[in-house]
Amino acid sequence: MNTQTVLERRPKPLSTALYRHPKGRLASLLTLPMTWLVGVYILSLALLLITAFWTTDPFTSRVKPGFTLENFQQLFSVPAYFATAMRTLGIALAVTVICAVFSVPLAVFMVKIAGPRLRALLAVLVTLPLWAGYLVKIIAMRLVWTENGFFNWSLSPVGVEGPGFGVVAVILTLVYLWFPYMAIPVYAAVSQIPANLFDASSDLGASGFRTIRTVVAPLLLPSLIAGSVFTFSLSLGDYIAAMYVGGSTQMIGSIIAQNINLNPPLAAAFSVVPIVLVVIYLAAVRRTGALNNL
Amino acid sequence: MLRLNRGTRIALAVVTLVVLGFMYIPLFVIIMNSFNSGRVAGWPIPGFSLEWWGKALVNPAVHAALLNSVIVALVATAFALLLGTLAAFALQRFRFFGQHTVNLLIVLPITLPGIVTGVALSNTFHQVLKPMGISVGYWGMIIAHATFCVVMVFNNVIARLRRMNPNLEEASMDLGAGIGQTFRLVTFPQFRSAFIAGGLLAFALSFDEIVVTIFTAPPGVETLPLWIMNQMARPNEVNQVNVVATVMILLSLIPVYFSQKASAAGDAK
Repeated sequence: MNTQTVLERRPKPLSTALYRHPKGRLASLLTLPMTWLVGVYILSLALLLITAFWTTDPFTSRVKPGFTLENFQQLFSVPAYFATAMRTLGIALAVTVICAVFSVPLAVFMVKIAGPRLRALLAVLVTLPLWAGYLVKIIAMRLVWTENGFFNWSLSPVGVEGPGFGVVAVILTLVYLWFPYMAIPVYAAVSQIPANLFDASSDLGASGFRTIRTVVAPLLLPSLIAGSVFTFSLSLGDYIAAMYVGGSTQMIGSIIAQNINLNPPLAAAFSVVPIVLVVIYLAAVRRTGALNNL
Repeated sequence: MLRLNRGTRIALAVVTLVVLGFMYIPLFVIIMNSFNSGRVAGWPIPGFSLEWWGKALVNPAVHAALLNSVIVALVATAFALLLGTLAAFALQRFRFFGQHTVNLLIVLPITLPGIVTGVALSNTFHQVLKPMGISVGYWGMIIAHATFCVVMVFNNVIARLRRMNPNLEEASMDLGAGIGQTFRLVTFPQFRSAFIAGGLLAFALSFDEIVVTIFTAPPGVETLPLWIMNQMARPNEVNQVNVVATVMILLSLIPVYFSQKASAAGDAK
């Protein structure tokens, strides 16, 4: 009874209204973030897509509204553009495969061979470069692969010469940038595999290697896919690596960046390419259910 | 226990060593080059000198760039904390039509390549808003950064909300606390650490961002990554870049140290 009077004396109209109207509560939570994301981001993306159908006056470089598929046709009809799109796709796939191939043995070593102290140290060492800064890592790679850089210096006594600045250096740099995004989920997945699965496998007569192939690998697939979403998508859009270690190598991002001022509609059409490739990739891996782990 | 023969063990150890070498040799080469007595970066360095450290630490352009980076990251993080937390509550506490679309909307800016985000926002700022007489200036860069930082806060906060006990809030309301009081005294303390972790990630992401910054920074304004990039085009001053890079490598030890401490505390429980 006493509580009742206290409550009556201090009415809380806002709380009561919000409590009675769940839709009002939801609306008050969603309005701000949705206004921002739709108003700033989705609207900008939509405007960009519309621009892709516009034309540029070749003499004044001014954008003229209209409707033309010319920009998209150029993607396929200009050999240099098409080759760049294919090269970028190839680079992104190569980066993803290399990251996956090195993540699994690293994770198995950390979980199954290294002792607890070494494992903790390795976990820190694998995570640390994630924080070291994007451009810092690009500069680092430049210093390693350049003509008078670390790689050529250390391997010249045995007569090996580095690849120099080009596609290979771009792939290695992107692997360097995104490797932790693959290695960390894979390590987490390996450390979650119950130990008795290994016992069972070995009791049934499987060798260590066979256990890795038939027991560990299938259990790792979801984390490999989750990691690949990052390595693939981040590589597709990158162009800074190509700019600094690629020599004359161009990627989709380079073409977008070059055209954004001279020919915005073409740049807009080109930025559709990574969007489509990422969406195709996400749709392809969606069925595996791995995306729920992101 | 996984039984591996000697050959497999050695092969795994070799892969681990190769990966570590690949990760740390380049960082080591940068650090050594910040003490390079020569003008040209490379390996091996001709001699030891503190010349570049002296120049970089008093360089007003570096100070200005650092200040810009901190301001942009702080303000963007503040926006991201507000928007990400609101969105996390909406998606975790309610079931509604279009929920998956809203979720996709939050994740999209980080899933799509940075150059798409950068070009799209720059297109809006320069081709649409400017002709209308609206100049976004410095705020354009902050808005762009906040947009891709929202997901960092969102992910952290929603993960914690899923593990929280809703009964505590109901008990608080039953005892007569209003919505604000309940949030302040009951709800917020429960997700505070996830809120802070999300904020730190958002800050780090914004501080390091270059591609979106290239397209949205107003003329004449440099963030630290933008300064580094502009210097790389001028070979004479390139060793100052190595000094700034070395400082950034050293600073990266701080978040790693704290996350390690946090996970060690988590294991102890």
